[in-house]
Amino acid sequence: MPILETKDLGIQFGGLKAVDGLYIKIEKGQLYGLIGPNGAGKTTVFNLLTGVYQPTSGSFYFDGEQISNSSPVSINKKGIARTFQNIRLFGDMSVIDNVKVGFHNSYKYSMLEGVLRVGRYRKQEKEYHDKAMELLKVFGMENEAKLLASNLPYGKQRKLEIARAMATNPKLLLLDEPAAGMNPNETAELMETIRFVRDNFDMTILLIEHDMKLVSGICEEVTVLNFGTVLAQGKTETVLNDPKVITAYIGEDD
Amino acid sequence: MSKKIKSRNLDKYITYSFLILIFVISQLLVMTGVASNKFEGLLVPISVYVLLAVSLNLVVGFSGELSLGHAGFMCVGAYAGSLFSLLMQNVITVWWLRFPMAIIIGGLVAAVAGFLIGIPVLRLRGDYLAIVTLAFGEIIKNLFNNMYLAIDKNGVFFSMNASAYTKHAFDAATKQDLIKGAQGITGTPNDSNFVICFIVIMICVIALLNLIDSKTGRSIKAARDNRIAAEAMGIDVTKAKMTAFVIASFIAGMAGVLYSHNLRTLVASKFDYNLSILVLVFVVLGGMKNMRNVIIATIILYALPEALRALNDYRMLLYAIVLIVMMLLNNNDKFAAFKKKLSIKALIARFNTKGGVK
Ligand SMILES: Nc1ncnc2c1ncn2[C@@H]1O[C@H](COP(=O)(O)OP(=O)(O)OP(=O)(O)O)[C@@H](O)[C@H]1O
Ligand SMILES: [Mg+2]
Repeated sequence: MPILETKDLGIQFGGLKAVDGLYIKIEKGQLYGLIGPNGAGKTTVFNLLTGVYQPTSGSFYFDGEQISNSSPVSINKKGIARTFQNIRLFGDMSVIDNVKVGFHNSYKYSMLEGVLRVGRYRKQEKEYHDKAMELLKVFGMENEAKLLASNLPYGKQRKLEIARAMATNPKLLLLDEPAAGMNPNETAELMETIRFVRDNFDMTILLIEHDMKLVSGICEEVTVLNFGTVLAQGKTETVLNDPKVITAYIGEDD
Repeated sequence: MSKKIKSRNLDKYITYSFLILIFVISQLLVMTGVASNKFEGLLVPISVYVLLAVSLNLVVGFSGELSLGHAGFMCVGAYAGSLFSLLMQNVITVWWLRFPMAIIIGGLVAAVAGFLIGIPVLRLRGDYLAIVTLAFGEIIKNLFNNMYLAIDKNGVFFSMNASAYTKHAFDAATKQDLIKGAQGITGTPNDSNFVICFIVIMICVIALLNLIDSKTGRSIKAARDNRIAAEAMGIDVTKAKMTAFVIASFIAGMAGVLYSHNLRTLVASKFDYNLSILVLVFVVLGGMKNMRNVIIATIILYALPEALRALNDYRMLLYAIVLIVMMLLNNNDKFAAFKKKLSIKALIARFNTKGGVK
């Protein structure tokens, strides 16, 4: 059973079909790429999958369960987490607190225990503090834990977005242009980290990316979107060499 | 435990020590007779304002919502607490038993009011809360201003109409006025004092600082910083904002009880828009977020006009200068951001956003 399957998924904004008739099947443990030119509808797919938008047609299944009309909160609780193309960190909170927000639903102490500092409060705060530090270590950010998130350099903000999403303990991680704004060295490092995350945290990863090196380097399969519809789909090598795809990327008039 | 948690605790203990220090000094000044009667008379009101400011700071500073009707919750609490004390005066004669009960009842009634206001409003995005709380404050004030409640041997009389009250044939021997329209509540036992105020402040500040530094507090701050990201992390944003708002209403209600038990007559006209705005000024000039700074700002800004009274005409001039200096000393971009949020243009823009997400 695929971990994620979309069936004829689509959304229309006024007259614009931003996503139309999308079929994607992602197996557990896969690293899957979603690519396409600007405005192709990639981010809109993420917004559909995370409940920010409700589809106007079709549906999608997560772990066999139809969840197309759920709220963002319940979709996250089911096990899908995401990052944002336009970084959306909790800017006035520390780096580690951003990660702890990701753990929010794992904490089991009540508000009263938190206010009175009794019961499970101390033990769990310690436990998730350590877990948050471990996650930050994966991204080499353990020394920045106390910084204000908005004071981080751009590349690290992107990494913190991933760490925060991972803290919600998802089965499926959606990354929206994780390498945007990074230099080639940082991108290469990020590729390694993403692979490491998939292998060691038991996660399936669907990522949007414009950096073809990154896509061909780590994605096993890709779907190419163009004007909201699927242009090509399948093994990364095959798809990236498809003349249709090359034309769409370079533009028709040369 | 990590350094970070330690340093946060240190900051808390500085706040607690600061509060205790102020309390001890004030008590010493009063006990040794150094302080004037006027100074002594200011202690309870200042404490009440400190409670109002720290609770409003939870809403404005930590949950990022604008509330313009904090006086309304204080009013509800004050009336509920006073009514309780009036009715129980002869039933529970031990004041130190009755008064804490009155405080908690005032807080609870205000919290229920906060909950009822929050249900429809906090689901929405944008500054609807500002408008609704503004209306709430005015409505509550006018409601109590026109309310008549009395008892005699024939039962309870309740009316929102002054002439109905005048015309009503009361049994003069057993008649007891509870709420008498614009004349409010008279005869609330003067149970309030600085020691009790200090105890309530300490409990509230400890509870608030602990709350802020727990998973609940983090969810409140996350919902403030980025609503969409907070939801994507599985946080129920409405619940987070509701938690902050109800707790703040509870504390404002308790402040109202402390206030009303310090007066001979409680009138609703005291709890007007100006009072809500004054508390908001304390919070904003205290820099928002940091509780200790908000407390300091409240004490300075409340005590100053009183202390300067001797200077007569120059009083308000000096007060204005202090306000300006505090503004400049404040974290400037934060204040600018807040002002931006307050501007009418920003309000309109907020109502029109559709919430597209990239
Ligand atoms: N809320 C919305 N209302 C109207 N149109 C929208 C909305 N969200 C997205 N669109 C439109 O849908 C189309 C796809 O946008 P989307 O952001 O998904 O593109 P993308 O593939 O992520 O592009 P990029 O690579 O630039 O990030 C665009 O034409 C965009 O203007
Ligand atoms: Mg996009």
